[in-house]
Amino acid sequence: MELLKIDHIEKYYGSRSSLTKAIDDISLSIAEGEFTAIMGASGSGKTTLLNVISTIDRVTAGHIFLEKTDITELKGKELNKFRRDKLGFIFQDFNLLDTLTAYENIALALTIKRLGFKEIDEAVNRVVAQLEITDVLQKYPYQMSGGQKQRVASARAIVTSPKLVLADEPTGALDSKSAKLLLERFSFLNRENKATILMVTHDSFTASYARRVVFIKDGKVFSELSRGDNTRKQFFDRIIDVVTLLGGDVSDAL
Amino acid sequence: MLFKLTVSNIKKSLRDYAVYFFTLIIGVSIFYVFNAIESQTAYLNVSRDTREVIKIINKILSGVSVFVAVVLGLLIVYASRFLMKRRNREFALYLTLGMSKSRISLLLLTETVMIGAGSLVAGLLIGAGLSQVSSALVASLFEADMSEYHFNISQSAIVKTLIYFGIMYLVVMLFNTVMIGRRKLIDLMNAGKRSEELKVKNPVVCVIMFMIAAAALGFAYYMVGWRTTELEESTFFTYIAIGCVSTFLIFRSVSGLMLRIFMSAKSVYYKGLGSFTFRQLSSKVNTMVFSMTLICLMLFVTICALCSAFTIRNSLNRVLNECCPADYQAVMSMYYNGEEYMVLDYIPLDDEKIYEEAGIDPEDYFEEYALTRAVYDSSLNYEGFYGEYLDELLALDDDDSDGGLDLQEEPLISITDYNKLMEIYGREKETLGENEYFELCNVKKSEVPRNYMLKKGKEITAFGVTLKPKYDECINGVIELFDSYNNVGVTVVPDSVAAKAEAGVYYLTGNFNTDDKQKISSYIQKLSSEAPNPVLSALNKEYEKYDDQSIGFTYYAVTKRQFGEANIGIKALVTFLGLYVGVVFLITSGAVLALRSLSDASDSIGRYEMLRKIGADERDIDHSLFLQTVMFFALPLLLAIFHSLFGMKFAYFFLGMYGVTAIIPSILMTGGIILFIFGGYFLITYICSRLIIKSEIR
Repeated sequence: MELLKIDHIEKYYGSRSSLTKAIDDISLSIAEGEFTAIMGASGSGKTTLLNVISTIDRVTAGHIFLEKTDITELKGKELNKFRRDKLGFIFQDFNLLDTLTAYENIALALTIKRLGFKEIDEAVNRVVAQLEITDVLQKYPYQMSGGQKQRVASARAIVTSPKLVLADEPTGALDSKSAKLLLERFSFLNRENKATILMVTHDSFTASYARRVVFIKDGKVFSELSRGDNTRKQFFDRIIDVVTLLGGDVSDAL
Repeated sequence: MLFKLTVSNIKKSLRDYAVYFFTLIIGVSIFYVFNAIESQTAYLNVSRDTREVIKIINKILSGVSVFVAVVLGLLIVYASRFLMKRRNREFALYLTLGMSKSRISLLLLTETVMIGAGSLVAGLLIGAGLSQVSSALVASLFEADMSEYHFNISQSAIVKTLIYFGIMYLVVMLFNTVMIGRRKLIDLMNAGKRSEELKVKNPVVCVIMFMIAAAALGFAYYMVGWRTTELEESTFFTYIAIGCVSTFLIFRSVSGLMLRIFMSAKSVYYKGLGSFTFRQLSSKVNTMVFSMTLICLMLFVTICALCSAFTIRNSLNRVLNECCPADYQAVMSMYYNGEEYMVLDYIPLDDEKIYEEAGIDPEDYFEEYALTRAVYDSSLNYEGFYGEYLDELLALDDDDSDGGLDLQEEPLISITDYNKLMEIYGREKETLGENEYFELCNVKKSEVPRNYMLKKGKEITAFGVTLKPKYDECINGVIELFDSYNNVGVTVVPDSVAAKAEAGVYYLTGNFNTDDKQKISSYIQKLSSEAPNPVLSALNKEYEKYDDQSIGFTYYAVTKRQFGEANIGIKALVTFLGLYVGVVFLITSGAVLALRSLSDASDSIGRYEMLRKIGADERDIDHSLFLQTVMFFALPLLLAIFHSLFGMKFAYFFLGMYGVTAIIPSILMTGGIILFIFGGYFLITYICSRLIIKSEIR
């Protein structure tokens, strides 16, 4: 079933004299329960795409539908409500509140929905078990490793059971071991919880954990890969092939 | 180029600098206003005595100015260092671009000069304007005519302000130069990354620390507030020190304590942005425990200073009207001296004749007057007066009314004389049966034993006549005029009893028959007890008749005017001092809190962004910011108010002689000033913080 429908969107920056087309007519459809990666070099427009989907930025033209709601039409309070109820965010630099403990950071996503404490506590305990971070709950972000922080951030993103989890370079600030751990958790959440995950990355290894990869170049969809029955290793090799074709910075892509 | 950079720097960091600049301007203008009082008073048309008082006040004010300058200087150094820290990254950029450290110092120098010059000009302009308003206050305080007053600008105050603030700015420049010189490039570059570790405190330790601090405070409060009479200088300072240390400990432990409380009230803590609000606030408080303590203590001093000043000011007039209900009173007596100038026995005087001989006809001066006398029965001394109740009263006395029992001989006055005086004082008259008496008193500690006896129906024997009390408590009133409560007790007896005494102390009491100030001055000159005085010489003539070395005589006169003028000085002094110190402390505390809050807001932009991304309501975010700001300002203020409750109890003990009558208006006025200045800082802080965290919204 179709969850997200991106319909001919465009995003321009600058004035008429010096126009930058960050997104130049992209259409995309994502089904419920899909784990999708969007790949592209720096400046390809992938982060802008994520921003307009997450309603942090507005499109210049086109429409985005999430479950029949046109999110490009939402305003003010509706926007906040939409983000709160439908979306989960994971950022490259974790974006945890450094003054709050891991538990409080995760609970925050629920407290702003004004749930009762019992509900909050149950939900938090459920996701921390899935993400294997039970032992860091009472720690502050500065007491945790990068991988732990990112898993706490992921817990915050999924604790509300959002329709769509958006991850912006989730492994960008992690060492390879932590990155692997995190991505395995993503796969687990996608498999067991049927979470729909949309991840933006320029890293082929990270992308190879997804079920589907969309390549973007200069604001346009360049090509698309589906993992099918491939092993992760095979899928990784196929991605590398496309990246080479894309002509992106190879060292960057690896 | 350097100049351009400076200007654009100031413009860019205007948001950070606004509060700093604003505070500098207020500081300069306050400093000017209080130093300009000297030249304002020079124009006032006041009496010679008041002129002397003004001189003393100006000396005290200029002494306090030095103290104020030190406080403001510390504030400026603190604020500029604080703002400098925020610009470390900028300096790092200059250094990496190849600018030399001395060049950067020069840049900072130019900035300080520009900010300093700007604030001085603006502050002096505002100060000059304010001082025209304050001159009205000055004139009214000294009860001088406003008609002779003209617009004036005090050159000496301007010069003084320029010198004092010039020195402060020089110190700031020195600090900045040293700071830039000592920092390494790598430190400056990394300064932006918040390496500030949050010290996690054990909530249990915090709770214990808080309890200890609260107990210590309670003890200090008790000793100062309730054991006031037992205080000695050294122990008093020990209690002050206990108070300061406890305050520090409370600020250190309060966030841990709150956390502990919230942990048991999870439904409050995990509601909306509750946890975020609390953690933001507690991290702010935890990183500035020392500043919070200083702010709290400054606010405490401010509240006590303002409250005491207003109480004295408000009470003085009322007390004067109560204790000095007539314009003039002369007292004369002649007596046999005993040991150590104890009066053994009074000698009868014909007061009417003495005034006649002196050539003074009261009809010429007074609209209404009375010649009365107070008589003494030597049997009504300490033992005789308290009689069988002495032991009980002594036991009662142990508690708190020290000295309330002191008595040599009880003064007695006849009901007729009493009513004559009340006629002049404009008070209610009394009637008295043939074997009755009642008592007059207005000193609290003396009232206690007297009321105790009156309630028990204590009979007294005056000149062999036994009298019963008419009322079961003392009437609040006076016979002798004075400027504060000092009537420790007078007994009013039937005429027949008082008539048994041959002699006593003779009073001439009256209200002048004019309101004209000049005329009253000439009356006072003629009627004052200063030699040469016709009454004095008439009395002397009488004295010479006896030719006895053991005889002495007394003559003195008091006027309401003289008491009033003494009050003017006290009123003006306490008002100026209270306002000066209070306002300076208020802007200092307000500025520190505001600077800290604003910088915190810009450091937290990212956090608020995050909250928006995960979908927090804009209203919740505003609410959280409001709560944080309110609590941050309220925390030191609340503790200061709490301190003040006991501080004022202590102060009122000493102000008792002025009569603490106008407490509510004093508290209201103090509250008003604090609300205006401190509240103003709060409002500016909240509005600016909102702008800062809003500015990033797309």
